[in-house]
Amino acid sequence: MTTLDQPAVRPKGAEESRGSRSRKARRSRPRRNTALFWFLIPGLVVLLVFHYIPLLGNVIAFQDYQPYIGIMHSRWTGLDNFDVIFNGDEQFVHALVNTLELTLIQVIFVFPAPILLALAMNSLVSERIKKWVQNVLYLPHFLSWVVVVSLFQQMLGNDGMLNLFLNSHDAGSWNIIGNPDLFKTLLTSQVIWKDTGWGTILFLAALSRVDHNLYEAAAMDGASRLRQTWHVTLPALRGLVILLLILRLGDALSVGFEQIILQQGGVGLENSQVLDTYVYNNGLIGGQWGVSAAVGLVKGVVGVVLVLGANKIAHLFGEEGVYRS
Amino acid sequence: MTTLSPSRPVSRRPQRSYSAIPGETPGSPPWRALKSLILLACVVLVLLPFVAIISTSLADANQINKAGGYVLWPDSPSFTSYSALLSGGLVSKAMMVSVGVTVVGTTLSLGCSIMLAYGLSRPGSFGHKPVLMLLLMTMLFAPGVIPSYLMVKELHLINSYWSLILPSLINAFNVIVLRSFFMNLPGELIDAARVDGASEWTILRRIVLPLSKASVAVIGLFYAVTYWNAFFNALLYINDASKWPMQLVLRTYVVNNAALSGGQVNAAAGAPIPPAQSLQAAILVLSIVPIVIVYPFLQRHMNKGVMVGAVKG
Repeated sequence: MTTLDQPAVRPKGAEESRGSRSRKARRSRPRRNTALFWFLIPGLVVLLVFHYIPLLGNVIAFQDYQPYIGIMHSRWTGLDNFDVIFNGDEQFVHALVNTLELTLIQVIFVFPAPILLALAMNSLVSERIKKWVQNVLYLPHFLSWVVVVSLFQQMLGNDGMLNLFLNSHDAGSWNIIGNPDLFKTLLTSQVIWKDTGWGTILFLAALSRVDHNLYEAAAMDGASRLRQTWHVTLPALRGLVILLLILRLGDALSVGFEQIILQQGGVGLENSQVLDTYVYNNGLIGGQWGVSAAVGLVKGVVGVVLVLGANKIAHLFGEEGVYRS
Repeated sequence: MTTLSPSRPVSRRPQRSYSAIPGETPGSPPWRALKSLILLACVVLVLLPFVAIISTSLADANQINKAGGYVLWPDSPSFTSYSALLSGGLVSKAMMVSVGVTVVGTTLSLGCSIMLAYGLSRPGSFGHKPVLMLLLMTMLFAPGVIPSYLMVKELHLINSYWSLILPSLINAFNVIVLRSFFMNLPGELIDAARVDGASEWTILRRIVLPLSKASVAVIGLFYAVTYWNAFFNALLYINDASKWPMQLVLRTYVVNNAALSGGQVNAAAGAPIPPAQSLQAAILVLSIVPIVIVYPFLQRHMNKGVMVGAVKG
């Protein structure tokens, strides 16, 4: 568990403890150390070819990129491609608004779900039942979005199980899949179904580390069970909640790309377009390479700023955050 | 996040009997009943779709027609849908592609990740710090869909199975986890081997790997699940339907509800093609089964430190 107090992304801290030893090691065993460099080569090549060189490929955001001419010969157009963002192109605005709306909905409904579930699981009497419940609830996390969307369609679709049941009881039918008004609700419930169980892992671990004397003391002071939860359990989760909110904030502009791309067909773009699907639909499908790359680039930069900013805020609150510089 | 120090498995903690501790008591009976009810509802909501899908895939045409579509329990279970899908045709091919990509991809990913993690776990080696930074930075910046697509296209990997493997070969998070496993191994062992003149390669193979079998296995399973589930790479890079992996077949024939025609499904001689519902259900089951098979293994090691994945999402 650790690292709720010991963040993962902290390269410097990790090095410090071994720094002095390593300097000595470098002096005494130069040959070995270069030998180790060869171990890094395959991974390094993959990182460069599929991560860092494409990162540079973002220059097409400043070009009128034409695939048949290539990056080298395409015309440079300065900031023209960014016009859709600055002038508020209608499609782009739809995508932006939908993205932010979904993020907001998900922070409100998806984020607390695992906390509540963890609280319910935490006080189960039997360890065996608890384990069993966990095993079942973790499973959906490992399924792909295609599988989850398929399952939802088979259950809730127009000729899915639910409507079959309603029809056979003369209760009419209920159009859920492919209904633009319910699209965001559908997306949210899918996320809840898939990841709530898995999300409890961290909270359960944090709960298991609460000092039990605190409960005892609270009970002695006459705190009811609810007040124990409020004054002991929830404060114990505070750091973790802040950490996870920060991570979520850093992802504010990415909402369920695969999930949406799979279900966009039936509901129309106005309700379902988000920034990621905007980039995909206009760039790869529509051929507007430059514009889409520009939107993708801005999205990426804003995302990084959000993570760094949120981390800063966490520090101001006296929390550990994701990393320390 | 968590557990970059995997040497402290959570599961080993002595299990307390909760009822003995104030504050962890389940509360008053109605409160308790409510909680159990909520959990029961969650379990049913998760399991019900699986039951329905498996039953429908096994049900015969008569029962499906009578029920109008789905069944919760097959009266006379038969495997006709499965044999129709798996005796050649689109779905059999897709299964082979998915299995192949998963096996080859996992092997290569694991190989590269182990080497990278080991190289980065021994401090002071040449190029250690910049490479570590490059690796960590990948978690912060993603290159974006369009530049990634252009890169794969430049390398002429469109419609090649390699496009499903190479771009996702290294997962920074997995490497960092492995690296911290390796860093927690007793340094004396490695130094002793060095004194005895073992090469780095020998040390990795004979000392480090045997000591971290469990963690390597978990990381391998995580890679395998990722490869099996990968959908977007295939959507981007594989246009040729005969090279589709399972996830794309699932999307076309289940999510988008395209009809499976005679060439794609081979019913036994003289028998009719099984009903669409049970074919769709069978495709779904086929794409879930491998996950369910590895799930117990994942489970066993989950507590050992790959809680990490929780945040990764």
